[in-house]
Amino acid sequence: MNQAQTFFYVLSVLAILSALGVVLARNVVYAAIYLVTALLMVAGLYVLLFADFLALVQVLIYAGAVSILLLMGLMLTRPARDIVLDNPQKPLAALAAVVLFVILLYQALASNWSGRVSAAIGRASLNDLGRVLFDRWVVPFEIASVLLLVALVGAVVVARIEERE
Amino acid sequence: MVPLENYLIVSGLLFAIGAYGVLARRNAVLVLMAIELMLNAVNINLIAFSTYLGADRIIGQIFALFVVIVAAAEVGLALAIIIQVYRSRASANIDDVDSMRW
Repeated sequence: MNQAQTFFYVLSVLAILSALGVVLARNVVYAAIYLVTALLMVAGLYVLLFADFLALVQVLIYAGAVSILLLMGLMLTRPARDIVLDNPQKPLAALAAVVLFVILLYQALASNWSGRVSAAIGRASLNDLGRVLFDRWVVPFEIASVLLLVALVGAVVVARIEERE
Repeated sequence: MVPLENYLIVSGLLFAIGAYGVLARRNAVLVLMAIELMLNAVNINLIAFSTYLGADRIIGQIFALFVVIVAAAEVGLALAIIIQVYRSRASANIDDVDSMRW
């Protein structure tokens, strides 16, 4: 087993364990911490896939901003200490998740990927990413920035306390 | 090099765990966290396919970048809505928000 494989297995096992922690934790703050761990492990998987920039974005935006936002949300909507966090339909949900995983597993293993995998798996440099992003995908990129602005203004408008005259 | 199937299995497992969280949790913020897990599983898939099968190995990364952007916008708006619901009902329990239920 070479180094990349060792890293892959360690990162995936940790990512899956922390993901289980997110959906099973009894304490909402623990769930948030598990989420941060899972997101950092996924960033490690991105590095293994030669997606350096995406790994950086993952750490900055997900593990940094989104998780802080979720913690703020938890703080502002503080659940009572002894409240049940899960639905009564939990067994059905577990069944649905297992069935979904079996379908995904079957599809992943039944398809013939090896015939199509490019012979030399190389790294796409940050240069290439920037060039393609600002050349072919520049219009979606600008639309995405407008979307972020709209979401920002919308969040402020929705969360504001309305003053009644 | 790790075979492509391994990445697909890990992302499938993460997606299924996230789906379980969305279905089983009743606190709205925890449901949001499970949705983030599912989006991350999709991103792993996109990047793995682009690295292993893509002609220029870039397109999947760009799609994943857009997924991250939309997810950030989604979290911001969803938290604003959750806070507003909490103000009017004093709970973040999604089972309480049923006034539009038929």
